Amino acid sequence: MSTVSLGMPALPPRGFGNISETEPFPSYARRELQNDQLRANLRHATHTIRDKRLRVVSELPDWEELREAGSAIKAEAMERLPELLAQFEEQFTARGGTVHWARDAAEANRIVEGLVRATGSSEVVKVKSMATQEIGLNEYLEERGIAAFETDLAELIVQLGHDKPSHILVPAIHRNRTEIRDIFLREMPGVDPELTDEPRRLAMAARAHLRRKFLSAKVAISGANFGIAETGTLGVVESEGNGRMCLTLPETLITVMGIEKVLPRAEDLGVFMQLLPRSSTGERMNPYTSLWTGSTPGDGPKDVHVVLLDNGRTRALADRHGRSALHCIRCSACMNVCPVYERAGGHAYGSTYPGPIGAILSPLLTGVEAEENKSLPYASSLCGACFDACPVKINIPEILVHLRGEDVEARHSRPGARRLPSQFDLAMAGASWAMSDGARMGLLERGLPLGKAAAGRDGVISKLPGLGAGWTQSRDIPAPPAESFRAQWAKRAKNSADPHGIKEGEGK
Amino acid sequence: MRIALFATCIVDAMYPRVAQATVEILERLGHEVVFPAGQACCGQMHVNSGYFPEALPVVANHVRTFESGFDTGEYEVAVAPSGSCVASVKHQHALVADWAVEHGVKGADSTLAARADAVGARTYELAQLLTDVLGVADAAAQLGSYLPGTITYHPSCHGMRLLHLGDRQRSLLASVEGLEVVDLPEAEQCCGFGGTFSIKNADVSSAMLADKVANICGTGAGACAGGDASCLMHIGGGLHREKRTTPSGRPVRTVHLAEVLASTREKPLTIDGELALAGTPGGAR
Amino acid sequence: MSARDDILARIHAALGTDITPGEREVGASAPGAGYRATSGRTEDELVDLLVDRLEDYKARVEVVAAAELAEAIRTRLEGKTFVAPAGLPADWLHPSLADRRATDSREEPLGVDRLDAIGAVVTGSAVSIAETGTIVLDGSPDQGRRAISLVPDHHVCVVPVETIVGIVPEGFARLDVTRPLTLISGPSATSDIELERVEGVHGPRTLDVLIVR
Repeated sequence: MSTVSLGMPALPPRGFGNISETEPFPSYARRELQNDQLRANLRHATHTIRDKRLRVVSELPDWEELREAGSAIKAEAMERLPELLAQFEEQFTARGGTVHWARDAAEANRIVEGLVRATGSSEVVKVKSMATQEIGLNEYLEERGIAAFETDLAELIVQLGHDKPSHILVPAIHRNRTEIRDIFLREMPGVDPELTDEPRRLAMAARAHLRRKFLSAKVAISGANFGIAETGTLGVVESEGNGRMCLTLPETLITVMGIEKVLPRAEDLGVFMQLLPRSSTGERMNPYTSLWTGSTPGDGPKDVHVVLLDNGRTRALADRHGRSALHCIRCSACMNVCPVYERAGGHAYGSTYPGPIGAILSPLLTGVEAEENKSLPYASSLCGACFDACPVKINIPEILVHLRGEDVEARHSRPGARRLPSQFDLAMAGASWAMSDGARMGLLERGLPLGKAAAGRDGVISKLPGLGAGWTQSRDIPAPPAESFRAQWAKRAKNSADPHGIKEGEGK
Repeated sequence: MRIALFATCIVDAMYPRVAQATVEILERLGHEVVFPAGQACCGQMHVNSGYFPEALPVVANHVRTFESGFDTGEYEVAVAPSGSCVASVKHQHALVADWAVEHGVKGADSTLAARADAVGARTYELAQLLTDVLGVADAAAQLGSYLPGTITYHPSCHGMRLLHLGDRQRSLLASVEGLEVVDLPEAEQCCGFGGTFSIKNADVSSAMLADKVANICGTGAGACAGGDASCLMHIGGGLHREKRTTPSGRPVRTVHLAEVLASTREKPLTIDGELALAGTPGGAR
Repeated sequence: MSARDDILARIHAALGTDITPGEREVGASAPGAGYRATSGRTEDELVDLLVDRLEDYKARVEVVAAAELAEAIRTRLEGKTFVAPAGLPADWLHPSLADRRATDSREEPLGVDRLDAIGAVVTGSAVSIAETGTIVLDGSPDQGRRAISLVPDHHVCVVPVETIVGIVPEGFARLDVTRPLTLISGPSATSDIELERVEGVHGPRTLDVLIVR
């Protein structure tokens, strides 16, 4: 299996930016698990939103049909991607916009910097955007003397707290109200020192803080939830109105959009504008959605740009078994139902994209053979709750398993690394040998009494060596029986005239 | 009906009593049980750990073993007392077979995927077989099932989400005479087992287990029933480690659905010589 | 090679020949397959549903007859100064409001600071979607520039009953997405703090809806 990639065309280049683990998931998660406040915050938030989502999803009689349609439209978009991107470019340009293409994070950052500089402005207001988070745009601009102000409340909390987002929809989900109040008191210029931790008071403090910025900003930067190929239309789905402020008031608007966000037709919005709000915030509809096509004379920004971003998306697209991860509409339903995310939190995934979707998307964008993302596909018990919740039916568990296979293969074929099998490799090979033959399995099962002898007086084993130590750190394991079922059955068959015959009282 | 029993590796080696109970139930209904001797394992552990080359012979063995009896008419369906192993047979085997062909694995068999699907189509999880094929709706009336006490129930993920078992297992439990089934809070939450996940991400797995254990103990039930021996081993291991007891001071256990259904007035289910749910109040039906 | 050509070439290479025409069920992907295209609700049902959904978002809603509209708008404005687009039907505004009105148009737009000093805005609307409580503005003359319905803190929005549809796909079927569209579902809100919904952040904190029948 070591020469699989021989003779195949070279894969598209990997993506870069904030899409990598900073340390292996298990060790980051171990640390986060000790933070009781974090766990309480996450539990409260994920359970609240989970229940809301279930309520509004159950209202729609055609929810499954909508998911089916969403999945099919995304698959169609991927299949027709070159054609749709060209069509989008043509339409957006025809209506007064400018389209730029960026191969990776560095190129996208350079393009945006150039566009901002051309306006003469040294500050920008930002609408929450995963794509710009992914490419590290804020940090890039800050280093070059351009101040980027996040305007979404949660992004503001994260930015003021010198923190990292831990959720794609609610980036400050790991913070509770008291922590947020403390951040505002510490970091927000001119904040009322009597500020309480009531969410309404906190939201109003953010309103006052940002109002001047909105009214004076010359340049805004956004992401996009959708790009409609047919018309060249871009869309941003939001709640607070900070998006509308940024998309409407400044003279220049720069949008960074992943190439996978393109949809074929305007009427596809009829599907996605039902799937997205209900799956993300658990609302029937988000408070505000803005759609714009190039620039409209006399209404909104005059100078409108979009940067179409690859940054590893073509790499993911080249993976036939993983490419449906690109169907993701960033609703965050998967992380809200994920028992692993709920306990480890978003930071443990390292990447801008945490949770189940992050565990597949990040390694797909960088290539799973990229050392830094190899523990992500294992950050799941494969319980399948994410697949059930996904509005576009991305089979996340199946892709996780596929990526685990890629990881094992990459590890076994890594040049230079002398192929010394790990303890795990040996266990897997041994189990494969035993479990591919009933007779071998039966022979091994004759050793069961040894395990029974190893058990303590209470009939359990409480400490296993090596790999098993992970198990016995919090669980006992029962002593095996004296005899396997196979052996019991063989005896019973022997005692019977008819090999399949059943007689009362047998089997023991 | 002649029914092939796929015991699954964990039941075969660790919980033979679950396989015995499965046989007993099916025989009580008048069916004939066959145990194809070549069987070993579904290969799920290898697949889920990414060891596809190692999974391949395991999958091939399973398909070969079970298809021969289907072909000769030795049995009509196969049953396993495990939702996750059945889900593996139904959903993963063909994927492994396709993987082998796609990767040009030496000796890869291009017919394996279709054969795996054929075996998968005739393989049932126990509650699925009882409910959908054998028409069991009332365990007390049709199987003589009897077990006094209070029990709670954990629906394992793969049965629930991959096989869409719905309330089949729970309904069967609820129809056992003397048995009161109390709702498990956050029942649909994974117990944290996840095969090698429990070793590779032992800390997160343990945190999930701790919540499951707390929820089970909060019900006051004498035991937690389920349809997957692996999850039950995980949960049972946590209950035992934490020395969890019922309000009346007896250890809280895990029991398999098959064991509960096999329990009768004449031969009620016992664990370590004690009545399985003794000491917990039972609901009269 | 330009970034554009490079990326398009990468996509072609990535898709390769894996997907052969007919492999996927393209027919099943055509929009309209499976999910609801219409709600089949009567006008009365649509109005009731829209009212229910808007109230759920904490919008204030009133159903009025055409003849009562001007008085209803006057009452809702609560004595505030307001901006209205140049194309707002003249008979929607009570004559007594003339001296409190500022007029905005694409040709003669008001500055943002001016808008910020104005108490309210009155607009019409293009389409409303009952099931989701969504009102869509499309920049038509009775709705005006996007800025006017954004900066003032109080939005009085008129919804003619014939513009109400049942469900989202019906809404998009009536809209031209190349116009600047704003979908509004209740007043500005956030759920960023412990997932608790708080109405009123940056957009108008008060949304008054007058359904005219």
